[in-house]
Amino acid sequence: MRTPFTLRFLSAMPRSGWIAMGLFAALTLVVMPALHLFVPESSPFHVSNYAITLGGKIMCYAIVAVAMDLVWGYAGILSLGHGVFFALGGYAFGMYLMREIGTDGSYHSHLPDFMVFLDWKELPWYWAGSDSFAWALVLVLAVPAVVAYVFGYFAFRSRIKGVYFSIITQALTFAAMLLFFRNETGFGGNNGFTDFKRILGHDITSPEMRATLFALSALVLMLTLLAGRYLVMSKFGRVLAAIRDAESRVMFIGYNPLHYKLFIWTVSAMLCGIAGALYVPQVGIINPGEMSPANSIEIAIWVAVGGRGTLIGPVIGAGLVNAFKSFFTVAFPEYWLFFLGALFVGVTLWLPEGVVGLWKRIRARVAA
Amino acid sequence: MTDIGPPMKRLLLTLLLLFLPASNAFAALDPALVRQLAAEESDDKIAAIHQLGASAGAEAAKVLKAMADDQLLVAGEVVFLFDGERAVDAASGAAIEPAPETYESITVNNRVRSELSNALAALKLYDPDRGVRLAAATELQSNAGIGMVPVLAAALAKESDAEIRALLKQAHAQANLANPEVAARLAAVESLAESASSATRGLLLPLLEAANEPDATVRKAAAQAVDAIEARLAFGEILGQVFSGLSLGSILLLAALGLAITYGVMGVINMAHGELLMVGAYATYFMQTLFRAYLPEYVDWYLLAAIPVAFLAAALVGMLLERTVIRRLYGRPLETLLATWGLSLILIQAARMLFGAQNVEVANPVWMSGGVEVMAGLVLPWNRVVIIGFTLFVLALMWVLMQKTRLGLFVRAVTQNRPMAGCVGVPTARVDTLAFGLGAGIAGLGGVALSQIANVGPDMGQGYIVDSFLVVVLGGVGQLAGAVWAALGLGVVTKFLEGWSGAVIAKIVVLVIVIIFIQKRPQGLFALKGRFVDN
Repeated sequence: MRTPFTLRFLSAMPRSGWIAMGLFAALTLVVMPALHLFVPESSPFHVSNYAITLGGKIMCYAIVAVAMDLVWGYAGILSLGHGVFFALGGYAFGMYLMREIGTDGSYHSHLPDFMVFLDWKELPWYWAGSDSFAWALVLVLAVPAVVAYVFGYFAFRSRIKGVYFSIITQALTFAAMLLFFRNETGFGGNNGFTDFKRILGHDITSPEMRATLFALSALVLMLTLLAGRYLVMSKFGRVLAAIRDAESRVMFIGYNPLHYKLFIWTVSAMLCGIAGALYVPQVGIINPGEMSPANSIEIAIWVAVGGRGTLIGPVIGAGLVNAFKSFFTVAFPEYWLFFLGALFVGVTLWLPEGVVGLWKRIRARVAA
Repeated sequence: MTDIGPPMKRLLLTLLLLFLPASNAFAALDPALVRQLAAEESDDKIAAIHQLGASAGAEAAKVLKAMADDQLLVAGEVVFLFDGERAVDAASGAAIEPAPETYESITVNNRVRSELSNALAALKLYDPDRGVRLAAATELQSNAGIGMVPVLAAALAKESDAEIRALLKQAHAQANLANPEVAARLAAVESLAESASSATRGLLLPLLEAANEPDATVRKAAAQAVDAIEARLAFGEILGQVFSGLSLGSILLLAALGLAITYGVMGVINMAHGELLMVGAYATYFMQTLFRAYLPEYVDWYLLAAIPVAFLAAALVGMLLERTVIRRLYGRPLETLLATWGLSLILIQAARMLFGAQNVEVANPVWMSGGVEVMAGLVLPWNRVVIIGFTLFVLALMWVLMQKTRLGLFVRAVTQNRPMAGCVGVPTARVDTLAFGLGAGIAGLGGVALSQIANVGPDMGQGYIVDSFLVVVLGGVGQLAGAVWAALGLGVVTKFLEGWSGAVIAKIVVLVIVIIFIQKRPQGLFALKGRFVDN
């Protein structure tokens, strides 16, 4: 007996999930952009530039968190290097944005400013085609995917797992950061890419563009959640969870964990790449700091705060942590690290299942 | 003064000076010689400078110094200088009353000035203080001309200190390269062949061409000398790289040794390890501040006092972390990783609030500055040598603690079989705390060493965490010997790569090598054998 795809897809989430998603879609795709665009700035209902950018930024982080949950929560692979895929997607799209500046840069050259500064005469070979939007989209997906596939193939083939894998991924992002810090690498060195002007000829700072990017981020986030949910509910997801819990037994039954891990690992990296590409035009800068080990490990805490292996938890976690971050770094900048540190410790000690787990426990107690 | 063909008068004067004792016995200088300093021709001035310089007296030094400072004045036939308010005759030192109304200073052009500074340096060659002589001999290395040959020969004859003699010999040979006598040039080239500096090589290179060096035997000797120097330079360079590799390796080892206990032996992923290094470094800074405030006369020895303090401070912090947080997470490595990362953030911020966000200044003690020259062209800085020695000390300390003490026995027992150790009465929980404290304390010792060569600031630990883990993982978990080989190997490989490709690429290449290596041998350099492999 075979259930139709639509039915299987719909049954991937309970009714309440669909309702929540519908509400979220209405809010992010209609209400917020409308309040930003059509309500005058004097009105208390106006959504400011800052708010819409912050919202878009946090949704990009949430995509990364879901991607992280797919590998950590469902495959048991804790990556401390997911920042590198995020940044690679950002750089891939940033290349297009740099080319789109055209001759409006400080030096009025066809080359990006930093290349003029380095006295380069032409674009390096890997910048070829970077003026095409379509090619940029290909790169956004392909570069993180290829890096993740190659790295993952070697790592999973030698059955490197657990803490070893975490530390190697940390070394990976550290090495990538050092590489991108060099001016000779051809990605703007220390300063990275900034001063973007246009996307597809439209002003990047216009309210319309902000609203579009915001809505796009929300759309991608929802699609990511749906696709992730579908993946983990499928047979594939069951095998993945089995690998997480007892890899040796799964092998003895006759599955090859390599393919499963590699697939989810690569998909996760591509999702990070997309998030990076959406993030860069909204914040207006990408630099090697995004690849610092500290950034990558922060992704893990978003997931841990929200609740591992729940998909919706990481979204909540990314939202909560980053909202706190925006608040703390303005109000009490010197206490932010204390708070973040305490969050790392507190969640691992007392909230192993995160906010979602807490919610479930409360509901269970109320029901009992 | 064979090169200028001196008039008879000057020759006589030279002879006269040679018969005079070289000390301060004669009070007055020859008036004719002093007047010659004011001559029209630069050549005459220089000749007078050379002769005054060879006289090696305090008066001559005073007059030449005044001339170098444009304070040697001339009024008609009288050459004089002001000693405070008083005008005194330059030759006799007698006061001139009344002071001349109109006078001008002696013109010193660049050529004369360089001869003057050489002569002043040469005069210092007779100074009773060894340090002054050494400085003067070093200065003469770069610019000894043919005119200096007699002075240098005389100083060489008197000098007894081996280091200064070597410098003087070098300067003497350099000066002689311009000697018209073939034999003298040949001797100079042969003497220079013993050196190993690229500057000497630069001096000898022109002699390889017939245009500069008419004599074929000298040319041949020069070619041989250049080859010898180049071979020595290359050898010295390789030795230098091996040394700096070992030095880097010992630093990596110090940073990683504590981790080798906490991660390698106990299996605790401590991401706050870098911050324990920081605690050690700040303890060093704290001791330095204490010594400066209360024991300024012993300030050079603050480092020795910092060693136990840093060990205890880091060990205490470590035990506190173990008791409050890490203990609850045993057996959950990924959670431990996240929680200890959080602890590291808290420690960083605490350091920032206690000591400020800026790096603090930790000075090298005087006995650690400078270096020891093991061969010409290869100077080993003392602070690096001391750190290598300190690493050996820490290694020995750790070996003794792990192999010869009851605590070490217990730690090894708990590592091998926790339930069984508990059954025979080992207090496993307390052993865990103490072992973690030991690892943290060793990290504190690493911090003492790091404070001497790196910046001490709140973020300093972050830079070492990846490297430390690489060392431990590369060496093989649970293997102290493996950590030693891994650290030294990584250090030497990094330094050789740096020489060839620059620091950043070297770092990336090393990371890639380690990643590939772990693919091939996930168990590290020194794999456990036998029954422990299962884990």
